[in-house]
Amino acid sequence: MLKLPIYLDHNATTPCDPRVVEAMVPYFTNAFGNAASRNHPFGWQAEEAVDYAREQVAKLIGADPKEIIFTSGATEGDNLAIKGVYEMYASKGNHIITCNIEHKAVLDTCRHLEKEGAEVTYLDVKPNGLIDLAELEAAIKPTTILIAIMYANNEIGTVMPMREISAIARKHGVLVFTDGVQAVGKIPVDVNKDGIDLMAFTAHKMYGPKGVGALYVRRKNPRVKVTAQIDGGGHERGMRSGTLNVPGIVGFGKACEICLQEMESDAKRISQLRDKLENALLKVEESYLNGDKESRLPHVTNISFKYVEGEGLMMGFNKNIALSSGSACTSASLEPSYVLKALGLGDDLAHSSLRFGLGRFTTEEQIDYTIEHVTNTVNKLREMSPLWEMFKDGIDLNTIEWAHH
Amino acid sequence: MAYSEKVIDHYQNPKNVGTLDKSKNNVGTGLVGAPECGDVMRLQIEVDEATGIIRDAKFKTFGCGSAIASSSLATEWLKGKSVDEAVKIDNMTIVEELNLPPVKIHCSVLAEDAIKAAINDYRKKNGLEELQFEESPVH
Repeated sequence: MLKLPIYLDHNATTPCDPRVVEAMVPYFTNAFGNAASRNHPFGWQAEEAVDYAREQVAKLIGADPKEIIFTSGATEGDNLAIKGVYEMYASKGNHIITCNIEHKAVLDTCRHLEKEGAEVTYLDVKPNGLIDLAELEAAIKPTTILIAIMYANNEIGTVMPMREISAIARKHGVLVFTDGVQAVGKIPVDVNKDGIDLMAFTAHKMYGPKGVGALYVRRKNPRVKVTAQIDGGGHERGMRSGTLNVPGIVGFGKACEICLQEMESDAKRISQLRDKLENALLKVEESYLNGDKESRLPHVTNISFKYVEGEGLMMGFNKNIALSSGSACTSASLEPSYVLKALGLGDDLAHSSLRFGLGRFTTEEQIDYTIEHVTNTVNKLREMSPLWEMFKDGIDLNTIEWAHH
Repeated sequence: MAYSEKVIDHYQNPKNVGTLDKSKNNVGTGLVGAPECGDVMRLQIEVDEATGIIRDAKFKTFGCGSAIASSSLATEWLKGKSVDEAVKIDNMTIVEELNLPPVKIHCSVLAEDAIKAAINDYRKKNGLEELQFEESPVH
């Protein structure tokens, strides 16, 4: 029996895996100690649990446990990495290179630093959502201290060419930071093979709890340091003070361990379901895939259904299917997705987009239901759409003088 | 965002979706909004020339649920009204009837604009002077 509602918004957050919750529970009650209490068994127990989790987390990304700084999540990690590098390497330069489809946690951090004297280059992406490597290299100057490019995009799932990016950065002696939130746990990420110096990621996008994440900070070749953004007791090698969220960290560790074991089989199964969904929805007339079809995450597809509006579309099934739209109406700003616009999509197509994010617990039955209901709603709304009628009558919508408001 | 019952009802069972023959002299058509803004409404009225009463109204809308509901409601209200009465339909009465939240008020403004545009189209076709309206403050 199909249980409703169906969750297809795994790029926003994922449910905790029951195995993760099970691992966490003792650390709320019996093993409640402060990991910084060095003088009694409660503290030792907590510290041991954190150390173990640090190993689990490090192993997933091919890092040394000492290179893992626990944070409250990826927004904090993004802030700590970018602001921390900017402050630490101020004597070397003030130029940061990023791109225009980064998460707001990166873009707004860069904007903040611009007010403090940083110079930031925002690279455009190509229509497929990937950056142009020649443009990246051309943007590097003697004052460049950091390249901040996301591993994978949250809206369209495209995976950036990290190895090529880091090779260019190495050549010019520039550090590489990546927001790894969407990629870690979903596809193989190895900080050494990928040449990453700093990487933020978070537990709740990989079947762990909310409120805990990590910043990877390279210790060798080169040794990277960041200036702390939260001062206090000097936890996490002085880079991030604050009592450690022991149950969260334990859950994060467990989530990483499960991802390491199951990533390959999960990705294979989920990408088959994603392809089934995508192929069916792209058969709908005037529907378009957004972002590169090859270099992308296994569990995401972003599709625009021309002549219907995303929020209106979601209203047709959002009681039963949970997903996201790039439509303006879902944001407070009434602006459509800046990511889709950066791909060169017209506002009309950006307004008409849906993001489907599949996950570990998505079933084929759920996908079949989604195909049917999304297709029906698109057809129903097109019957109601004046734009669809004009399109069918052969009227070029670009020739109409719209009353912009 | 949770929608009001009335918005959901209009969305699920929209009233008067369709197209009137715009070549007819007694049909007025208003097309407002823009695809880039995420809302386009087309609202049409058919006027009984003998009585000046709107005997039919149809809409098609590209937009969110609130935009669809606003235009569906507008067509309901237009039917049976005289053209002069129809001009007086105010967007705030649509907001109240549908319980639209502040972020959706622009949908009701668009519906009011569509009504006025349809009426002016009708007036123009029939050799009447187009009515002048104040710019809506929400735009």
